[in-house]
Amino acid sequence: MYETQYHRASSVQDAVSRMEAAGEGKYVSGGMTLIPTMKQRLAAPSDLIDLRHIAEMQGITVSGRSVRIGAATTHYDVASAAALKAVCPAICSLASHIGDPHVRHMGTIGGSIANNDPAADYPAAMLALGATIVTNKREIAADDFFTGLFETALEDSEIVTAISFEAPAKAAYQKFANPASRYAMTGVFVARRDNGDVRVAVTGAGANGVFRHGDMEAALVANWSPDALSNVSVDASELLSDIHADAAYRANLVKVMAKRAVAAA
Amino acid sequence: MGVEGIGARVARKEDKRFLTGKGRYTDDMSVPGMKYAVFVRSPHAHAKILKVDASAAKDMPGVIDVLDGKQILADGIGNLICGWMIHSKDGSPMKMGAWRPLAHETVRYVGDAVAIVVADSVAEARDAAEAVVVDYQELPVVIDASKALEAGQPQLHPEAPNNLIFDWQIGDESETDKAIATAAHVTEVTIHNNRLSPNPMEPRAALGIYDAGDDHYTCYTTSQNPHVARLVMSAFYNVAPENKLRVIAPDVGGGFGSKIYIYPEEIVCLWASKRTGVPVKWTSDRTEAFLTDAHGRDHVSTVKMAFDANNRIIGLKVDTIANLGAYMSLFSSAVPTYLYATLLSGQYDIPAIHANVRTVYTNTAPVDAYRGAGRPEATYLLERTMETAARELGVSPAELRRVNFIRSFPHQTPVIMNYDAGDYEASLNAAMQAADWNGFAARKAEADRRGMKRGIGMSCYIEACGIAPSAAVGSLGAGVGLWESAEVRVNAVGTIEVLTGSHSHGQGHETTFAQLVADRFGVPIDSVNIVHGDTDKVQMGMGTYGSRSGAVGMSAVVKALDKVEAKAKKIAAHLMEADESDIVIENGELKVAGTDKAVPWFQMALAAYTAHNLPAGMEPGLKEGAFYDPANFTFPAGCYICEVEVDPDTGRTKIVQFVAADDFGNIINPMIVEGQVHGGIAQGIGQALLEGVHYDPSGQLLTASYMDYAMPRADDLPSFQVSTSNTPCPNNPLGIKGCGEAGAIGSPPALINAITDAIGNNALTMPATPQKVWAAAHAAK
Repeated sequence: MYETQYHRASSVQDAVSRMEAAGEGKYVSGGMTLIPTMKQRLAAPSDLIDLRHIAEMQGITVSGRSVRIGAATTHYDVASAAALKAVCPAICSLASHIGDPHVRHMGTIGGSIANNDPAADYPAAMLALGATIVTNKREIAADDFFTGLFETALEDSEIVTAISFEAPAKAAYQKFANPASRYAMTGVFVARRDNGDVRVAVTGAGANGVFRHGDMEAALVANWSPDALSNVSVDASELLSDIHADAAYRANLVKVMAKRAVAAA
Repeated sequence: MGVEGIGARVARKEDKRFLTGKGRYTDDMSVPGMKYAVFVRSPHAHAKILKVDASAAKDMPGVIDVLDGKQILADGIGNLICGWMIHSKDGSPMKMGAWRPLAHETVRYVGDAVAIVVADSVAEARDAAEAVVVDYQELPVVIDASKALEAGQPQLHPEAPNNLIFDWQIGDESETDKAIATAAHVTEVTIHNNRLSPNPMEPRAALGIYDAGDDHYTCYTTSQNPHVARLVMSAFYNVAPENKLRVIAPDVGGGFGSKIYIYPEEIVCLWASKRTGVPVKWTSDRTEAFLTDAHGRDHVSTVKMAFDANNRIIGLKVDTIANLGAYMSLFSSAVPTYLYATLLSGQYDIPAIHANVRTVYTNTAPVDAYRGAGRPEATYLLERTMETAARELGVSPAELRRVNFIRSFPHQTPVIMNYDAGDYEASLNAAMQAADWNGFAARKAEADRRGMKRGIGMSCYIEACGIAPSAAVGSLGAGVGLWESAEVRVNAVGTIEVLTGSHSHGQGHETTFAQLVADRFGVPIDSVNIVHGDTDKVQMGMGTYGSRSGAVGMSAVVKALDKVEAKAKKIAAHLMEADESDIVIENGELKVAGTDKAVPWFQMALAAYTAHNLPAGMEPGLKEGAFYDPANFTFPAGCYICEVEVDPDTGRTKIVQFVAADDFGNIINPMIVEGQVHGGIAQGIGQALLEGVHYDPSGQLLTASYMDYAMPRADDLPSFQVSTSNTPCPNNPLGIKGCGEAGAIGSPPALINAITDAIGNNALTMPATPQKVWAAAHAAK
């Protein structure tokens, strides 16, 4: 790791000020990707501005079916929040399967979605839940937020402060883990609303990161059952190939995980 | 046996220190003035070094010096060697290319060391290493061993045309061909044995300390055999004469073979300590471990197994290409020859065997022994072939094996080995019973109803351990003898130190070796200390690998105990005015049999050292040494059965049952043996299901971290059902065969046989990843 200056920001405004004063600053909110990358000397921020201890970015509030999760909330806190589990158990279950206990106690939801790792779990949940990404400057629909591999709509020094969504009637997430990293080799989050709207979001498989699968959504709107997906084709040409899984296999996994998610929802 | 003697489940003495973080590893060692080393490594798999410019690096903060390959050459430090000479079938010696500790002309794999930076801190050394400018001219690269043999491929070493190191054979080719020509059935398969990264928990490390006052070197290093390291560094690398070089391998956190060899880093740290005048410590990081620890396996073989009309094997012909990587590591030549092809008879009575082995240079990390070393490759080849044959012949895999078992001993195979004892059917029966083999059909039907594909597979393995009779291995090309040494020192108060040339790096010697003493003299194991791993403390020894510490190392201890016992009885007899033949040792006392006369053990020891009242002419003291050279290899064997369920939708394999029935000969500590079997099976399952080294075509290592190299974890593994039914080894005093590698040898074919049974497609290679299993399952439809 190259030398870096660590800052613990006390407020969102404090974080922004420190970022603007830094040469090549970087926000950190758990650092589950950033710190290993720095250890390998593949990233060298002059300043690390830690968002994890900012009070206004903490906590989960559930009001009716409206959910707001502070961006600095750890995966462990999401996984174990009883009020959240009551309205949207799928996101709690997703959080409970991220990484290992160390990761779940350090990593945060805001850090995960701002990083937008193509194999991360939360981006699929955000898309499928139709979540709103709240920043210090604006509110961004999840559909507009995830723009590519490790790319988001965030501008320089912009901070994700919270996410919010309306809990769906039914939802579930199914992940097929990479045997080595245990990241999602393919993960599918499905959500169905009382009005019949369905969203299907896929992580770990897309060549361009997390994506929604329109044909699956249409099939499930027509018939909310695993069998409805049997005749939907998944285009392998838009999927990742690597030493663990080629695109054809991932295309299969997308469908299998989607069916299992529908069955579990 | 007593509560702490032979056969007792004694908790490991060393675990208190390991489990409470009090172990002392090489990286824990600190000496005054010590500085830290970082190596500059090649980012290219094959390139000429045009220039190494360290001028900027030397000016960086904290940097003591930067040293390169031209300097180590000028100082007369020799090439790394391979210590086992193999001759090709045309009589020519193996073609060994030069391996310099620091490359100065050509780099041949990603990670090849080019320079060493010594600085006040690791961070400063790392910064400076990045500032060393190496001007490379890239060369074409070859990764695949079969391809490397083809015409027009990149050439790694001028000494080895077409990258061929040797073309070796064993057995009778014409008899084997004749058997194949007359066979009722011939099973033909191609067998891939995947390349593995060893991944010991503790990465390699070295601390080189040069003392200018005495012109003496000390090397702390992560070695399985510190005396061999000293011998090789002294005799071949010209570091220093043996009396001027002390090698200490303190606590070592796992080896699996990868810490047998002498690597460039320890040599360079010693040399750099003299050049810089400061002690130099290097500790590998995990990326370096993936890049530079010697890999294991990497064979491709074609196999023909010929059967007569009664399903008896009448011939076996094997053609193997073994990838040895960019350089010949210390035992690399022995692994795919005498540790591999000599086991191709397996547990079967095969009248004719022929194996041809070509070893090949490629632009990959060196390949050497890894837990099992040749024997897993032989077992996987044989047991996959047997399973394939059973399917082709339409007979049950158990029956095909039963028909072909060797049933009388000693048994001379056509490939050198002379098996001394065994009962293969006993292991097979025990495993089948434990696995409820006959109930499988019902379990499969139940799984089918859940949409899961259930399969069962077996593997009957044999291995050669107790490495090795020195004259025999010498005649086969070994550069060293493979005996072991021990010294037993009884202190004046009766406590005992055992100095052994074996080295414990997870095996539990501090407990099991002490059990031998407790058993013999009836003293508590807490009064026995095992000393190992330091060339200044312990007499010359050969170290630990090849499941040899029990069969060879403990046998040396037994010989030394015999001598101690004889002298102790003489002293006791003298003290009690009895005949020495009437003295028995029980519960820490030397007694006159049939009387109530007794001398406590400590009192006899004190008498030996006060020397006030010893038999006439007896030397004072009580300390005896012994060397033990085994008469033969030992032959552990067993039967493993694996049962799996495959999810046809995802290709994910779940191991639902794993049974191991082993014959290890006599057992000193059943708990430690079970632990060895558990660990070995976990490693074998790792190879079969998860692990595999991948290089891209340019020679970049794609599996250079745990993000991409899949190690077995607890949730990948079932609870193992292990048992032993033992035929004592007739060739060593304890009747021990060895247990350290069996699990890794026997388990991969059992697992792959089970998966291929489940999916109905025999075409599957290791590791059986979900993707491969899914594809194979769908191809079978």
